[in-house]
Amino acid sequence: MMDINQVEKSDHTLPNSLIKDKTPLFEVNHLSLTFRQYKKGLRESSTQVIRDFSLKIHQGEIVAVVGASGSGKSLLADAILGILPENADVKGDLKFAGEELTMEKQMLLRGKDISLIPQSTNALDPLMKAGKQVQSVIKRKNKKSIQERIFHKVGLSKKAGEMYPFELSGGMARRVLVSTAMVSEAKLVIADEPTPGLDEHARNETIHYIKQLADGGKSIMFITHDITAALEVADKVAVFYAGETVEIANIDDFTGKGENLRHPYTRALWNALPQNDFIPLKGSQPLPGETINGCAFESRCPIAVEYCAQKPPQNKSVSGGIVRCFHA
Amino acid sequence: MRFKRISLYVVKKIVKLVSLLLTICILSFLLVSYSPIDPVQTYVGADMMRVSPEQQENIATYWGLDESRTEQFLSWGKAVLEGNLGTSLIYRDSVADVIAERFLASLVLMGFAWVLSGIFGFLLGIVAGMREGTIVDRIIKGYCFLLASTPAFWLGLLLLMLFSVSLGWFPVGLASPAGILAEDVTFIERVRHLFLPALTLSIVGVANVALHTRQKLIEVLQSEFARFAKAKGENGFSLLWRHGLRNISLPAISLHFASFGELFGGAVLAEQVFSYPGLGQAVVQAGLGGDVPLLLGIVLFSTLFVFAGNLLADLLYKLIDPRMRKGEVQ
Amino acid sequence: MIERTVKQSNSCNLRQRTLVTIIIAFILLIGIILSGALIGPEKLGVNLQLRNIPPSFAHLFGTDWLGRDMLARTFKGLALSFGVGLTAACISTIIALVLSLLSSVNKAMDAVITWLIDLFLSMPHIVILILISFAAGGGFKGVVIGLALTHWPSLTRLLRAEVLQLKNMNYVAVSKSLGKSRLWIARHHILPHLIPQLIVGFVLLFPHAILHEAAITFLGFGLSAEAPAIGIILSESMRYLATGMWWLAFFPGLSLLAMVGIFDLLGRNIRRLIDPFHSQKL
Repeated sequence: MMDINQVEKSDHTLPNSLIKDKTPLFEVNHLSLTFRQYKKGLRESSTQVIRDFSLKIHQGEIVAVVGASGSGKSLLADAILGILPENADVKGDLKFAGEELTMEKQMLLRGKDISLIPQSTNALDPLMKAGKQVQSVIKRKNKKSIQERIFHKVGLSKKAGEMYPFELSGGMARRVLVSTAMVSEAKLVIADEPTPGLDEHARNETIHYIKQLADGGKSIMFITHDITAALEVADKVAVFYAGETVEIANIDDFTGKGENLRHPYTRALWNALPQNDFIPLKGSQPLPGETINGCAFESRCPIAVEYCAQKPPQNKSVSGGIVRCFHA
Repeated sequence: MRFKRISLYVVKKIVKLVSLLLTICILSFLLVSYSPIDPVQTYVGADMMRVSPEQQENIATYWGLDESRTEQFLSWGKAVLEGNLGTSLIYRDSVADVIAERFLASLVLMGFAWVLSGIFGFLLGIVAGMREGTIVDRIIKGYCFLLASTPAFWLGLLLLMLFSVSLGWFPVGLASPAGILAEDVTFIERVRHLFLPALTLSIVGVANVALHTRQKLIEVLQSEFARFAKAKGENGFSLLWRHGLRNISLPAISLHFASFGELFGGAVLAEQVFSYPGLGQAVVQAGLGGDVPLLLGIVLFSTLFVFAGNLLADLLYKLIDPRMRKGEVQ
Repeated sequence: MIERTVKQSNSCNLRQRTLVTIIIAFILLIGIILSGALIGPEKLGVNLQLRNIPPSFAHLFGTDWLGRDMLARTFKGLALSFGVGLTAACISTIIALVLSLLSSVNKAMDAVITWLIDLFLSMPHIVILILISFAAGGGFKGVVIGLALTHWPSLTRLLRAEVLQLKNMNYVAVSKSLGKSRLWIARHHILPHLIPQLIVGFVLLFPHAILHEAAITFLGFGLSAEAPAIGIILSESMRYLATGMWWLAFFPGLSLLAMVGIFDLLGRNIRRLIDPFHSQKL
């Protein structure tokens, strides 16, 4: 299984050195996101969900953003697309194809150059036929025939296009969502947790479609908490912890006991996998909104020292990857 | 399968209607029969002194008032089942005829008001929902809350003072001018008499639909599928047109059908203010004049009317919403 | 660089604004009711020298055809409406509480109560009010009974849903397995959680009850014609509308609107304070 993946990957991935010279298709630097809410008794509170997120994606590349559930990953997609709810503050640099991605630009690009594969099948309008919902993305003529062709490609019948979402099985609905990304001319596809809750077969199928999208030259940002799935398809893995990117590693770094990995959290994730040492990581992630003075991982880190709790580490490049740790 | 489902639905609804009507018959008959108001006395009115006790007794016997309550109820119930609601004491006509004639007048009034308030309420709700949190939204919301606190009859009085008394644009009352035969009343004349009560009812009816539509639209716009639609590049008007209306229309129409009770209540007040000879005015007169057969008749009829509204609201969902239509979701 | 910041609410936050609104609404209501209650009979007296005076500084709301001061009559009427509304809302809330607790006893009971709710919602309120007032022979008693019997269904529905939810909570199951009686559970676990809903429901019943009281009185079924109720004042004013005495109807109605509106505002703000999640958008 592993070998086949590697062969396949070499088909569509340019050598790393080549990619580095080109401007990335998409770039995020120091993105932060804060929510304001009212609690019982109408006390206003603000919660920082994303503290410092940075990432680069090149054309045709699949970058996985891996983080535990509840770490605010889904909001990343909203922030990139510019569809955050009104009570959110965002800050940061976004660049698309070398150009600054302003709010106006986001509005123009979403659905056209940037496409989303949402997590839940609730993303389909319950009162609109499935085919119609896919057709809305197609900007050319013959919408119906294009939609039917794509449906055929993902194994959906013509009849499925005439069905309402409640008539589709979970798997079918998921394929409808994927085909929306396929028919679009998007250069960047954000897949927002497309695999959780799927059985083995459906999961492999979804991963296969994501690969297919990348083969078609699209860049993929694959948001997931399933590190195995990430390792199967991605070229690079960005590890997300408590609202920060703690490490961006190449896929090849995930070998052995994780000696090539730069951050203790990434190493812990890798070693927690069943096929490796199966050592669970103790403790839990700081909650969104908790004040953190030093390194976010300090409380659970096996190699933490005194100053880790006092000041936050900065991003630094280490052997072809990026890491936020004093010890790397 | 489909047939079985439909027939089950029909049976359920009929059972419910029958049980409601039966209970209401019993309860309202009990209430009326315990009333300290003496029907004979109210019937005879100021002439009480000139009517001898024997004559009074004759009237009571004629109406069956000398029988026991149960007997009275049974004979009344039997007559109702045969479609005979009795004779109205005030109008000296069969109750069914009075209700039919009066209801027609009320229906025109309520129909106009219902359609107008539905359209305006829906539009206001959409505008407020799309612009949630802005000054426009606040104004519409405030207006709706203000309306909800407004006594409908007082609003009627204001309109009457403004348009009829001060400006003289509309007549002060009555659906048709006094002294002219009903057949000779022109259409324009009818509209002139209908306008103000209908306006009163429409203004009052807007609030509920508008607030409900606004709330629904906000929910839809925050839904997972609206998020996806936005990610697909839809925005503002196109989002409303493609996904919003689809999801808010049915609840709004359904709610509006389910509000027949309030509509009827509003009509009672508006008819009283504008002396519009509809069913609402009749129920007030029946109550004040001790016209028990008419009062009971209207009680039953208004129950049917409200039931019909709720049934239509329910049926609409069953017929239009694909989830209900195809019977997957209960 | 992308930067989007939520606009800060000006000067003071929502919590303070809500609290201030609640306090102001409360003070206004107390003021209206006290001034109505303190108006003595001498202020309501007939004074034929001062008939039909339009609003002026001496008589802010004008006087009627018997020279009675409309301001005094209006405030007296508001206090009266409040009294009726209070009695009716109390009874309605108690009915709603009892029925919603009963509905949690078992399935059959729940069905009966749901059916009762449907029964009372199956007739227009006004018609039930007319019927009950007719049965009671009119007057104060008829109105209060009628209002109390027509205003519980929607609150019962709300409370019933809440009780059903509470019943499925873990701690209720634990208490049950510990052998606590139904009554004990209702008193210790369910009732305390219902209190916020109950308060809000009670306050929000007021506007409806007061409006219905005025309406039914206006139609001639409610309070007696001698009482200075707003409904009576408005229905009497109809006879004088054609003569251009607009103030007879305008101010009393407006005052009623104001009182009902303040109650509504009070209820909605209390709800927002206790339960911001359900009412964040309202």
